Amino acid sequence: MARLLLALIFSVSVNCLAAIDAYPFPDEDMQQRYDGLIAELRCPQCLNTNLAGSDAMIAQDLRREVHRMLLDGYEDEEILEFMYERYGDFILYRPRLGFGTLVLWLGPLLLLVVAGLIWFRLARAKPELLEINTEDQARLDKLLKDTDT
Amino acid sequence: MTFNKSLLIPLGVFVLLVVFLALGFRLQNPHLLPSALIDKPFPEFELKDLHQPEMSRTLADLSGEVSLVNVWATWCPNCLIEHPELLRISRETDLPLYGVNYNDDNEKALGWLTRLEDPYVFSIIDDKGTLAIDLGVYGAPETFVLDARGVIRFRHVGPVTPEVWQETLLPVVELLKEMSDG
Repeated sequence: MARLLLALIFSVSVNCLAAIDAYPFPDEDMQQRYDGLIAELRCPQCLNTNLAGSDAMIAQDLRREVHRMLLDGYEDEEILEFMYERYGDFILYRPRLGFGTLVLWLGPLLLLVVAGLIWFRLARAKPELLEINTEDQARLDKLLKDTDT
Repeated sequence: MTFNKSLLIPLGVFVLLVVFLALGFRLQNPHLLPSALIDKPFPEFELKDLHQPEMSRTLADLSGEVSLVNVWATWCPNCLIEHPELLRISRETDLPLYGVNYNDDNEKALGWLTRLEDPYVFSIIDDKGTLAIDLGVYGAPETFVLDARGVIRFRHVGPVTPEVWQETLLPVVELLKEMSDG
């Protein structure tokens, strides 16, 4: 029963996705490139949905644009560049290496190195020897001797 | 008691944390995307005029002076909100205002301009959204400020309210005019 229900649920959701629009492609390879591109381009109108999953007007326009560019023989990289030039970092789910992203990626590494250096210095520092006066030393000796016996 | 300077370290870390969190959690609209087109020339286009569909408009029709380009549509509620302010700007200033009618129905668009008055020098039909894509538009309304050389110098996403005009757009326009005069 549960399995049947699951199957039903999934068939419904798949139908919803397929209902948005279907572009004809001359071959399977191009269809796959199209699916890949609209999966990794973020819809500019929605905060976290890709072009494939959005039915915002702009997403429909951009899907049509991706379709047109693929048919016109553009490479995937060129299509991503086209989108990047217009919509900036936001549209790419895998952002490019730039100053901002470099800080984001290398920052934690830098912190790790700094932490490691501090730890290294602390570990190497000689432990401080505390002065003890003769009276206390005598007490200590006595205590140690008592526990031995 | 001697003051141990290393006690200041946690305080310093705390202050740094506060600064970063303050920057990160600033009240800002996450829907506002930074524009990739600032300081780039307005994209080339060849699209029909809304009022005279037999005529095509190109980049050359956007005059060689500081101007505004407004992306609008009849399906966009915020366009209705900003309309009175656009009318006022077109009446009270000598700034050319061009319209890009985005993904719209021509009949409805013409009806809208007759009913509400037309603030635009002309509107172009972008029914496929191609110019809008070249402009990095992701909704309407959006307003671009162009300098005298036709370079995009500012972009405002959302309705142009009197406050937006006074506090944001007008200063940009005035600065650009000064620059082109001087």
